[in-house]
Amino acid sequence: MIPEIGHFALILALCVAVVQGSLPIYGAAVGNSALMAIARPAARGQFFLVLIAFGCLGYAFAEKDFSVLYVAATSNSQLPLHYRLAAIWGAHEGSLLLWTFILTVWMFAVTLFSAHLPDTMRSRILGVMGLVSMGFLLFMLTVSNPFERLIPAALDGRDLNPLLQDPGMVIHPPMLYMGYVGFSVAFAFAIAALLGGNLDAAWARWSRPWTTVAWCFLTVGIAMGSGWAYYELGWGGWWFWDPVENASFMPWLAGTALIHSLAVTDKRGGFKVWTVLLAIMAFSLSLLGTFLVRSGVLTSVHAFATDPKRGLFILVFLAVVIGGSLALYAWRAPRVGLGGSFAMVSREGMLLANNVLLVAAMGSVLLGTLYPLFLDALDLGKISVGPPYFDSVFAPLMAPAVFLMGIGPLAQWKKANLPDLAKRLRWAFGVSLVTALTLPFVMGKWTPLLSLGLLLAIWIVTTAVVGLRERLAHVDGHGLAGRLAAVPRSYWGMLVAHCGIAVFIVGVTMVKGFETESDVRMNVGETATIGGYTFRFDGTQDVVGPNYTAARGTFHVSWDGRETTILYPEKRRYPVQNQIMTEAAIDPGLLRDLYVSLGEPLDDGAWSVRLYHKPFVDWIWGGCLIMALGGVLAVSDRRYRLAWRKQEPAVVPSARTVRRKVA
Amino acid sequence: MNRFLLPLSIFVVVVVFLGVGLTLNPREIPSPLVGKAAPEFSQPQLYDQEKIFSPADLKGKVWLLNFWASWCSGCKTEHPVLMDLAKSGQVPIYGMDYKDEREEALNWLRRWGNPYPVIGVDQAGRVGINYGVYGVPETYVIDKHGVIRYKQIGPLDPGTVETKILPLVKQLESQ
Repeated sequence: MIPEIGHFALILALCVAVVQGSLPIYGAAVGNSALMAIARPAARGQFFLVLIAFGCLGYAFAEKDFSVLYVAATSNSQLPLHYRLAAIWGAHEGSLLLWTFILTVWMFAVTLFSAHLPDTMRSRILGVMGLVSMGFLLFMLTVSNPFERLIPAALDGRDLNPLLQDPGMVIHPPMLYMGYVGFSVAFAFAIAALLGGNLDAAWARWSRPWTTVAWCFLTVGIAMGSGWAYYELGWGGWWFWDPVENASFMPWLAGTALIHSLAVTDKRGGFKVWTVLLAIMAFSLSLLGTFLVRSGVLTSVHAFATDPKRGLFILVFLAVVIGGSLALYAWRAPRVGLGGSFAMVSREGMLLANNVLLVAAMGSVLLGTLYPLFLDALDLGKISVGPPYFDSVFAPLMAPAVFLMGIGPLAQWKKANLPDLAKRLRWAFGVSLVTALTLPFVMGKWTPLLSLGLLLAIWIVTTAVVGLRERLAHVDGHGLAGRLAAVPRSYWGMLVAHCGIAVFIVGVTMVKGFETESDVRMNVGETATIGGYTFRFDGTQDVVGPNYTAARGTFHVSWDGRETTILYPEKRRYPVQNQIMTEAAIDPGLLRDLYVSLGEPLDDGAWSVRLYHKPFVDWIWGGCLIMALGGVLAVSDRRYRLAWRKQEPAVVPSARTVRRKVA
Repeated sequence: MNRFLLPLSIFVVVVVFLGVGLTLNPREIPSPLVGKAAPEFSQPQLYDQEKIFSPADLKGKVWLLNFWASWCSGCKTEHPVLMDLAKSGQVPIYGMDYKDEREEALNWLRRWGNPYPVIGVDQAGRVGINYGVYGVPETYVIDKHGVIRYKQIGPLDPGTVETKILPLVKQLESQ
């Protein structure tokens, strides 16, 4: 009964989506405010309907209703409750439901925080989002219904893939999807602006906080996925350039470019056409990512069951949504006109260069991801593109982008003076260069990449200090604290996010430069030393978990004779899917991680053991969190809070006058 | 041409490729090589680089040829299956280390165990091209006369080994 309610709620949601995707947009075109007024209640109604469906599926999992095919396929009676609930998004159908649910969450948020928008704009935005959700609801109801019954019911479920039975699974996909799907708001803003023809600074100002919030979620989501891979896969890597990882990284790159481009459109009215294109691109890449993951055109570690009908549906949907928006773009963009002119050496110029580099990096990731497919389709042979390609293409593109990141915020708008910039930044550069060249020697090892990485990281921080000092000189306030408080939060947000990049770069550089690992055979009682730490293996015990059995090793770790910690890595066997999982044990630390994972059992209780000493590895994820924190600071800026409180905008251009202006 | 049409044109090209891609299943492409003689090669061995690994040495045996690499995550997934199969002694698995660094390959084997009696090195990927390797891991079943009888694209799992590989090997052994 409950699953049927969920199914029915989805059907109703589809009906609402059809209404929401058509009438308000038509109403905005003809200036009918009654039709436009449908948008808000429709969006809220859709949110509650999808929420009901989501709740019903959750209930089916919680109650172990194995007469639902999807529940039987992805959970098991032994699976603990929190993983049963996380299993909602453990496979294809439920992931789509989560996708749609999060889309309606964003829609609901737009209805809450859009009081200051003109009616036409709001109804177009919600209309466009309604069209997107219509596609996904249709997809679910036709070829991937999560509520499909299994009659007669299974006695027990096939269990969730053990790889996914991890706290990361509970939180990582929702975060990632919040980011992915969040770009749909910026996309809807862009399409609404193209439809209305009012691509102005106000449009950019409205889009900015939404884009930044989505970007924060995506940043955290990707970082969590990377951290999860680090401790779950048991071999200490944190990024694999796997197609599914790339699928989440490409929207991030486009979204990062979008945030910066929106800033220019907002403040200077420039880059309008480019910003619109980026907004379309960021969401298109989210959709493309969904397609790549869900259709099975590429092989990946994230092996999902595939069905050609599904792939075809997403492809057609992709073609309609992205093709349609790009066609609209080609039709409307030529009339938008260019913003103010600027010199190449100016803040605009540097942001543009930065944007181009980010998009080029995104393009190279896209190319690497799709290249095997292209060659295969052209019958030119079958290849696989691995990390060597990505490492050699990506880093050279990002290094100049990071370098520009230091200068850009200090350059004047419109036209900057290069000698003047050089003068202001000379000590920052000097300090960075000297530190980057000497620090590796102090640490006992020098390589060019080590110095380059440190140079970039220190450069970001020192230029941020220079920028902040100059800024403080120009704000009013009592004393240092008063002046610090007078600096707007959006500026702090930028500084913090940029410093997050610096922290990230330090993490990557130090791990690549100084990590040590050792694969050893360890008898009970034997010790091994790595990175100055001594590990004593005290044998393994058999332990029984809720749905697995495991051998748990005990390692006493000491530094200089004093005990640091005790680590318990496990080798688990999940009987339902007969899969073996390695649970690494990690002692995290600000300056280093100690990582132990069990290899294979050998004779006499001995094991092959992998030990890693990973300096600064947590800075990689810490940097991502700091970046996201910067985004949060930027969104909490005073001007957005004021904007949301305001009920009516100062000037509301009506749809008709605007269209005349464009035509 | 209108430059604003450029993004649309690029996208159309991508969609066409994705559409074609849908008709190609990366995991189950019927290999034109099944039923044909396994392409000859003579590659240096991983452990003893002075020695040569060639299918000609294996005439009269039923064996598996497994393409793998240390950078390949799918290979890690299938590795326990290969180890079990090798331990059972039912069929020898010969390895081909594909586009890999020697040091990393050796590390990888030291870490995870070595199911292969002999491993060839295909650093340039030429052997892979001759065998139509789409991506690693891939596994070929080769019979006593050196004919490819089956090709597995992607990781082997216990089910495939039980239901496809082992029955096929038994049948080929009895011929």
